Amino acid sequence: MQILGYPLDVGPILLTLEVATITSIVLLLIGTPIAWWLANMRSRARIFFEALVALPLVLPPTVLGFYLIIALNPDGTLAQFLKYFGITGQLTFNKTGLIIGSVVYSLPFTVQPIMAAFEALPTQIVDAARTMRASFFDRFFTVIVPLARQGFLVGVVLTFAHTVGEFGVVLMVGGNIEGMTRTVSIAIFDHVESLEYTEAHILSILMLIFSMLVLIFVYGLNRRLQIKTG
Amino acid sequence: MFQGNLQLKLGNFALDSGEFAFESSGVTVLFGRSGSGKSTLLRAMSGLDKQSHGELRFNDEVWQSGKKALPVEQRDIGFVFQTAALLPNKNVQGNLDFAIKRIPKHRQHGPSTHEIIERVGISHLLNRPVDNLSGGERQRVAIARALLTRPRLLMMDEPLSALDWRAKSELLLLIESVIADYQIPTLYITHAPIEVERLANRVVFMADGKITSIESLGDATSRIDSPLFTKEGPVSVLHGQLGDIDPDGLIAFESRQQPESDSAFTFWLNRTEHSNPHAPGAKARLRVLARDVAIALHRPEDISMLNQIPATISQIEAEPQTQRQVVFLALADGQTLLAELSRRSVQGLGLAIGQTVFALVKTAALLDR
Repeated sequence: MQILGYPLDVGPILLTLEVATITSIVLLLIGTPIAWWLANMRSRARIFFEALVALPLVLPPTVLGFYLIIALNPDGTLAQFLKYFGITGQLTFNKTGLIIGSVVYSLPFTVQPIMAAFEALPTQIVDAARTMRASFFDRFFTVIVPLARQGFLVGVVLTFAHTVGEFGVVLMVGGNIEGMTRTVSIAIFDHVESLEYTEAHILSILMLIFSMLVLIFVYGLNRRLQIKTG
Repeated sequence: MFQGNLQLKLGNFALDSGEFAFESSGVTVLFGRSGSGKSTLLRAMSGLDKQSHGELRFNDEVWQSGKKALPVEQRDIGFVFQTAALLPNKNVQGNLDFAIKRIPKHRQHGPSTHEIIERVGISHLLNRPVDNLSGGERQRVAIARALLTRPRLLMMDEPLSALDWRAKSELLLLIESVIADYQIPTLYITHAPIEVERLANRVVFMADGKITSIESLGDATSRIDSPLFTKEGPVSVLHGQLGDIDPDGLIAFESRQQPESDSAFTFWLNRTEHSNPHAPGAKARLRVLARDVAIALHRPEDISMLNQIPATISQIEAEPQTQRQVVFLALADGQTLLAELSRRSVQGLGLAIGQTVFALVKTAALLDR
């Protein structure tokens, strides 16, 4: 494919978007209960779990990637455990590996904004819903999610963007297999390695524009969606 | 009937109610200074706080036993919070619908939705978003919403404290009449004695996270160290009924302890002491400051004061700080009126328990609906 007369490799772009979308959905499903659990935890253990969730922010991606390769290898505990349930198949060096790696690596980007939104919930409003006989799941979807919507939006957008931009973990867990696990950031690295600066430029400028748009969106959201309560 | 004992720790504050038992009918006011634990007790009684433990029975139902609690959703409580706590993503109608949609079949009776909305005076607000309502309007919507859950019990946590004085007096009037007409047992938190005197059937006094006493309003106002008394000194609250306006422009207040009983005496009020539209026959309460009551041994003939009430002295107590004497006067219908006199007056008149005298009342305020 050509863009403005320059060559553009769409494969990595499509793969990256696919992985980021699936990762965002998976993390929304996993991250929401974790955020709720942490936000409502009163014991001291909370400090430990909050640190654990934040770990991918500070840990070198290579360290994370290394442990993931160990954990996910075909003879590893996890693979054996899944095999017991009849789920077989490679967990590393394919799309599954990319998604597992991304989910772990982007976890704090989902959990932290949603947790902050849960903590800032106006308790009297949620309590009012309870006295109006709304059960937990009822009030969760009719009251809590609308009140915390800003946290959810920021969480999903940041997760998506962060997954698009990741490099280290993807390289470790996914390898760099063309057409299979070569995402945009790895493709740029590849192009630079092979001195294909034009191709690297095109992908880089697309990433730059994309990242800027995401941040403008998030900051705009922060301003516009202040929750009115009382 | 409420019975039990409840404990709840919130941060540095610990509630330990001690054993309590009181009737649930009418209005029970939880009264105490801020930090005394009244809101915490109400939360523990409502079941909103999962950390509470102890025992609680409402009539024959067990609401709390140890750490096990009946979920709030199944207690049929209508709760009005200090902040109206309206759902911000819905308009007024949406807020009411939230309550209406979740009423279980066995509670779908009583006044109609339409009637409640009219009664609370919000029918013109239904399509308004909740964030541009005034404080009074928000609290009205909150009250309507609580009533629309068809509760067996109303809980109100300082519903008036965030309002200006005008909205306060309008809402107090509304709450008073709604509770009386719909006959919903109510637990009401306030730290304003005037709200207690107007609404309460009984008062639960709280201090330092404990219930210190539970008294009828009559008992609570017939001891000189009552926490209800402010710097105005002791206050009596007399129950009765409004009569007609006489040709001289005076309003009759007929003292009656019970609506059926005979009137013990008629109290005459100036129109100025009575600001709301006049409704003959309406139940009313009369608030009399003890310092506005004088005592005469014989019925004075040549005096302008109209309200001369025969009474028997039942008790004389001295206020510890001021040496002022508080004379308890038993009226013919069994109600008690307090008179605050100087020690010199008490000794000069030779007042003693059992003596019949006349109470002269200078002014009184009608706590009416």
